[in-house]
Amino acid sequence: MAQLTCKDLCLGYDGKVIVENINFSVSQGDSLYILGENGSGKSTLVKTILGLMPPVSGTVETSDGLSPTQIGYLPQQTMVQKDFPASVREVVMSGFAGKSGLRPFYTKEEKRACAENMKKMGISDFASRCYRELSGGQQQRVLLARALCAADKMLLLDEPVAGLDPKVSHEMYETIDTLNKKYKMTIIMVSHDIPAALKYATHILHVGSEVFFGALDQYLGSQLGSHYTKIHGGGEQ
Amino acid sequence: MSDIYEKLYYYFQFPFVRYALIVGVLIALCSSLLGVTLVLKRFSFIGDGLSHVAFGAIAIASVFNLTNDMPFVLLITVISAIALLAAGNNRRINGDAIIAMISVSALAIGYLLMNIFSVSTNLSGDVCSTLFGSTSILTLSVYEVWLCAILSFAVVAFFIFFYNKIFSISFDENFSRATGTKAGAYNIFIAVIIAIIIVLAMNLVGSLLISALIVFPALSAMSIFKSFKSVTICSALMSVTCTLAGILISILAGTPVGSTIVAVYIVVFALFYGVGKITVRK
Ligand SMILES: Nc1ncnc2c1ncn2[C@@H]1O[C@H](COP(=O)(O)OP(=O)(O)O)[C@@H](O)[C@H]1O
Ligand SMILES: [Mg+2]
Repeated sequence: MAQLTCKDLCLGYDGKVIVENINFSVSQGDSLYILGENGSGKSTLVKTILGLMPPVSGTVETSDGLSPTQIGYLPQQTMVQKDFPASVREVVMSGFAGKSGLRPFYTKEEKRACAENMKKMGISDFASRCYRELSGGQQQRVLLARALCAADKMLLLDEPVAGLDPKVSHEMYETIDTLNKKYKMTIIMVSHDIPAALKYATHILHVGSEVFFGALDQYLGSQLGSHYTKIHGGGEQ
Repeated sequence: MSDIYEKLYYYFQFPFVRYALIVGVLIALCSSLLGVTLVLKRFSFIGDGLSHVAFGAIAIASVFNLTNDMPFVLLITVISAIALLAAGNNRRINGDAIIAMISVSALAIGYLLMNIFSVSTNLSGDVCSTLFGSTSILTLSVYEVWLCAILSFAVVAFFIFFYNKIFSISFDENFSRATGTKAGAYNIFIAVIIAIIIVLAMNLVGSLLISALIVFPALSAMSIFKSFKSVTICSALMSVTCTLAGILISILAGTPVGSTIVAVYIVVFALFYGVGKITVRK
């Protein structure tokens, strides 16, 4: 049963259409990779799914016990100001802020879950360090731990490895894959990394003037898929 | 030393001095709490604009001879806060330019009104005290003291109650909205709180110096501390101590209250900044 279904989505800003005819659905345990050229509207789609902006037309629906606010989100660029004072623990804990309603403080249970998520992401050792003094890869892990606090069913990641070196990127993909396989989390990820998509994706959504949605092998069999993967370094399978 | 003590003891006999201390400390505490959020978000522009709006409102109140101008000024400033926030959020218009326009207009019209309609014999003195708050903290009525105290407690209570949400929204508004925090409502709340703080702080330091009260504690604390909690606690302690010191110095030395307080802030900021530079981790 689908957790998230997008029907006839047409996306854009201020009524100006950027991409249309997006139809797809995601079920529990899927790993959906969103591919497409720069500027094709991938981040716009992500923001629309999260309800941060309205679609021009079409619908985004969640079902199977998932509510829209239960989607953990890793932004493409976090607009965190350069000198924002925040410790790693404070950032991870803030994943619970949206859930706590009018309750002013975090519960013991939430603090325990926060510690566990930091452990999962391998960042327990610098829980008290300042977020902005960490490396890019460590920062992404902190934000991932925060997303895990906000949601335990579905993660939506917008180019999580952008700007990371190959080794750190690889570790990041492996971590996300573990969340998908071991913890049965649904993953929706925007990526430019064709080899990673071939290795980890179960489904592909290609966004652009031509839109494709289907299982990974269907995509590779399609003209759009074989062409796109060829020119973007998908040689190694 | 005993000289100073005696002089202070003498001044503390007067209720208005005690009021000034209590109110001053409360106001300083409130202004420092939202400092980080204001410094790091574009709200600091709004804060600056609002202080000028509040000046305009005071001018209007004095034209209409309102003896009790605080509720009126508060109302105008709160409404403007919400309007400025909406202007800042609108992607089609340049929010910063609008804010700048409104704030200089309020300043100009305010001065003009005071000039044309003033019944006072000491106009430039009036204007000066509204801008720099020269003695107004020492002339508060009991009613105003109570109003200040209640509003200050409301601000502190709001901050403590919504501390986690304020952190989340300040750190990453999109994330907090996506995961179910009603960021829009909190932003309005924060704007209203800023308006209240500004009207309160006008009594203490006057409208031109308000930004100092908001910005200095946060900037000072941020040069040494690295977590939101430690920065918040440090700014609160710093602003309370500096304000106490500033008021006492101004009583002893007969200097204007507002600018003395700000001078103390500047000294402490320089100190913190220096310590931060020396102890910064490589
Ligand atoms: N806030 C905005 N207002 C108007 N247009 C925008 C905005 N953000 C992005 N766009 C435009 O929308 C298009 C898609 O952007 P985006 O979704 O970020 O692409 P990408 O696929 O690289 O993530 C781009 O042409 C971009 O110029
Ligand atoms: Mg993008």
